[in-house]
Amino acid sequence: MGTASDRRITRSALIRRRFFRNKLAVVGVVVIAMMFLLAFVGPYFGKYSWDQLDFFALLQPPSSEHFFGTSQIGGDVYSLTLRGLQKSLIIGLLVAIFSTGLAAVAGGFAGYLGGKVDRGVMWLIDALLVLPAFLVIAVMSPLYRGRTWLVFVVLLAAFGWMVTARIVRSATMSLRERDFVRASIYMGVPAHKIVFKHLLPNVASILIIDATLNVGATILSETGLSYLGFGVQPPDVSLGSLIAEGTSSALTYPWLFMFAGSALVLTVLAVSFIGDGLRDAFDPGSAKSKKI
Amino acid sequence: MVVLASTIGYLLASVAFDPRSNYLGANPPIPESTITAKLNNLGVNPDVPLVNRYVRWAGNVVTGDFGLTIGEQSVNEEISRRIWVSLRLLLIGSVLGSVFGVALGVVSAVRQYGLTDRAAGTASFVLLSTPVFLTAILLKYVAIEFNTRIGGTFLYTIGEYSSDFDGNGLQLLLNRLQHLILPTLSIALGGIAFYSRYQRNAMLDVLGSDFLRTARAKGLTRRRSLFHHGLRVAILPMATFFAYSFGLLVTGAPFTETIFSWNGMGQWFITAVQSNDVNSVSAVIVFSAVLVLLSGLLADIAVAALDPRVRLR
Repeated sequence: MGTASDRRITRSALIRRRFFRNKLAVVGVVVIAMMFLLAFVGPYFGKYSWDQLDFFALLQPPSSEHFFGTSQIGGDVYSLTLRGLQKSLIIGLLVAIFSTGLAAVAGGFAGYLGGKVDRGVMWLIDALLVLPAFLVIAVMSPLYRGRTWLVFVVLLAAFGWMVTARIVRSATMSLRERDFVRASIYMGVPAHKIVFKHLLPNVASILIIDATLNVGATILSETGLSYLGFGVQPPDVSLGSLIAEGTSSALTYPWLFMFAGSALVLTVLAVSFIGDGLRDAFDPGSAKSKKI
Repeated sequence: MVVLASTIGYLLASVAFDPRSNYLGANPPIPESTITAKLNNLGVNPDVPLVNRYVRWAGNVVTGDFGLTIGEQSVNEEISRRIWVSLRLLLIGSVLGSVFGVALGVVSAVRQYGLTDRAAGTASFVLLSTPVFLTAILLKYVAIEFNTRIGGTFLYTIGEYSSDFDGNGLQLLLNRLQHLILPTLSIALGGIAFYSRYQRNAMLDVLGSDFLRTARAKGLTRRRSLFHHGLRVAILPMATFFAYSFGLLVTGAPFTETIFSWNGMGQWFITAVQSNDVNSVSAVIVFSAVLVLLSGLLADIAVAALDPRVRLR
């Protein structure tokens, strides 16, 4: 850099530079970008759409006609996999945004207001943590059978925000004693403005990292639930339900689940690389940055 | 908290499930009055007000009776049978996972950036990104390939034991072991990946500490200082994780149990949800809420037992 002292560098530029110096994180970004491209542009290159059946090609191995082969009833595995990838990516993103947003609001207000609000929120968190989310969502699955998958997204988000909310709460509790917050209180700024304008931006790094890692965790739990038939409902597909369909004959027809499986593992792996890269970039001194 | 959790669980299940669907579509059709009588007998008739159903269920649960399954078997008997089936798998799997995981983590930390460290790091990253059901299926795939190679069945991929098996004593034990290997492996692998990462971090923190340097300076061998002074501190957080993960394993095992046809609690839960079985599902939820709380308690006790600093306070 030469004379670094006379060149000013903003915090965001510094974080960006640290992030892109991390090779694994860059690989993660590239892989995710490719997955999105594949999921949303890929279908235009296939010769069949995901809900179209080719009755003259049942259980065919990969060919130039069907890139990933065909299923028992003649579905094109290529377009089915891309459709499933779309669903899993969108659900992962939406749930991560919703649940981290919910965690920010709940944790922020609980930490700032304290008292009754704090006790109420903490009580809710404890109650939700006793019941494993997997069990509750599985039990509620008959309720959204035949309805839009957005209900599923809401459920996943509703049971995924608790731990982050706790972290946000303890962070805001220490922030609230700082001078700039005191100053705004004495200037008569209302509570919701303090939380949204002064407190939450200060924990933005936690929120960004958490949202990223949430994407991976959500994709894992979504595919798990879909695998058992409690998630995305047919006729729509997700990577989980595709793997479930493919496994019955996994030995003789490996293309039925191999592509969906590797897409899933690659996506989650890439997301966790990005998450770790972000954490290292935001907070190079943290103990967790030693994690590879 | 357990009362609250089980209430929520029962109400959710009662609202979401339609037990009547089990009797519909039968050929010849079952008369309406018979269905209603059966549902009343199970205490899951949707026409009875929810509060009445709940009071009846809760009253029985307090006296230790979880009611009948949709197949009119006693839920209590089902639980007491399946609990041991599940525990056998989970206990062995998670103990193996944590022991090997901790060992691997220690080796990785001591030889940081060595070959073992890098290989273990990559493997556990991939494993942690792979859902359990995919690991289990791949294990099954490998096992069947292995069986065809050696031309016999050494690794069984389904069930707890061969139903047509008529040996006894040692042979029976061997047969059960052969069935146990794969499901245990699928649980243990996840554990190894998880614990080795955390143990590595904890160990690295300890390795740079002053008291370890003191131990070396006063003339202890490297091995003795590492195991007696280093590991004892670094293993503390793992005890907490282990205790907590044990409570959660009950919900993590459904995939493994379903894929390997292991008739434990997890698999039961899945089939109960699929067959709209309110009483069985509520029983599993009560059971898992109790386990989550117990494991929290267990974690506190374990830390207190291992860490003199906590005991003194």
